[in-house]
Amino acid sequence: MTEPQAGSGLPGLERYYILTQGRSAPTADASTLDVATLIVARSTPEPGTQPEHDAILRWCRDPLSVAELGAHLGLPFNILSVLVADLLNTGRVEARDPIAGTGDHGPDLALLEEVLSGLQRL
Amino acid sequence: MDFNGFDRPAFPQRAEALHAGSRSVKVMVAGGFGTGKTTMVGSVSEIVPLTTEETLTQATVGVDDLVGVADKKSTTVSLDFGRISLNEQLVLYLFGTPGQERFWFLWNGLFKGALGAVVLVDTRRLESSFRAIEEMERLEVPFVIALNLFPDAHNHPVEEVREALAISPQTPIVTCDARDRASSRDVLIALIRHIKERSVAALEPR
Repeated sequence: MTEPQAGSGLPGLERYYILTQGRSAPTADASTLDVATLIVARSTPEPGTQPEHDAILRWCRDPLSVAELGAHLGLPFNILSVLVADLLNTGRVEARDPIAGTGDHGPDLALLEEVLSGLQRL
Repeated sequence: MDFNGFDRPAFPQRAEALHAGSRSVKVMVAGGFGTGKTTMVGSVSEIVPLTTEETLTQATVGVDDLVGVADKKSTTVSLDFGRISLNEQLVLYLFGTPGQERFWFLWNGLFKGALGAVVLVDTRRLESSFRAIEEMERLEVPFVIALNLFPDAHNHPVEEVREALAISPQTPIVTCDARDRASSRDVLIALIRHIKERSVAALEPR
C-alpha cells in the first residue's frame, strides 16, 4: 500500500468535507450532472493537482460515466459532482449529458432506431 | 465504507474503454425489493456490474426526516448499474433503482433524461412493485412491465396481472427470466419498441 494521502485516515463525512473544502453541492454546470453523463478529460494532470482531480483526469482519458467514476473512486455522487464541477469550471474536462428520448423537437426516432438495432445485435 | 479508492491503480482496462466520441443513453430498471433488478442489470451488462453510492446526510434530507434515526450520521443508498455498447458511438447505461423509492430524489432526478424504464414484477408478490409503477406513471416515464418468472412462480395469465396491477392497456407486459441475457435483452427491445410506437402515435395528426 502506498503512503496514505491527506485525510485518508478520517471517517467518511470528515474526509468528504476536506475533499470538497466544505462544499456539499456543485456550482454552475455540474448541478445538472447525471449518473449517465460521460466525462472526458481535456487535459493531463499537472504537478500540484489535487489527487482526486488527478484521479478523475486519469480515469477519463476515454469517456467514462459519472456512475462508473463514482464506483471506481469509491466516492458518493454528491461529492464527486463537486470535484467534477471544479474540473468543468476550469475547462479540464468535458461533460456530455445522456441523450434523452425526447428533445425540443419531439421524440428522437432516429436515436430509438439506433438503440434498437444495437440491442438486436447483442 | 472502504475508502481506499485513490490507492488503487487508477487505470481502466483498455478493452472496456469507450470511443472518444461516445454519447450515452440511459434506461432504468425499477421494481420492488427482490424482483431481480440487479440480476437483470448483471445479465445484459458488458462490464461487471458496478455500484455507485450516495450518502444521505442531514444536509440532503432535512432534519425532520431523520427523526427516529437520530443516532445515525449518514445512510448510504446504492445504485447498481451496467453498460451495453450499442455501436461505436453509443453506449447504454442500465441502472437498477434502489428498492426504497423515497431515495430516488438523491440522484438529480434519476429518471430525467432516461429513455424509459423496465418495471420488474415478481408474480408471487405483485404488491411489491405497486409503488414503482405509481412512480413511473407520476413521472410520465414510458415503461414496460416484465414479469420475472421465478422457478416456483405460478404462471399467471398476463391479463390477470394487468387487472390486478391496474396497468393501462397501452403498457406492454412481457415475461422474462432476468438471469438470462437473451431474455433480458428482449425486455429492453420490447421497451424501445414501445417508446417508438408511443412516439409515432404522438406525431400522427389528430
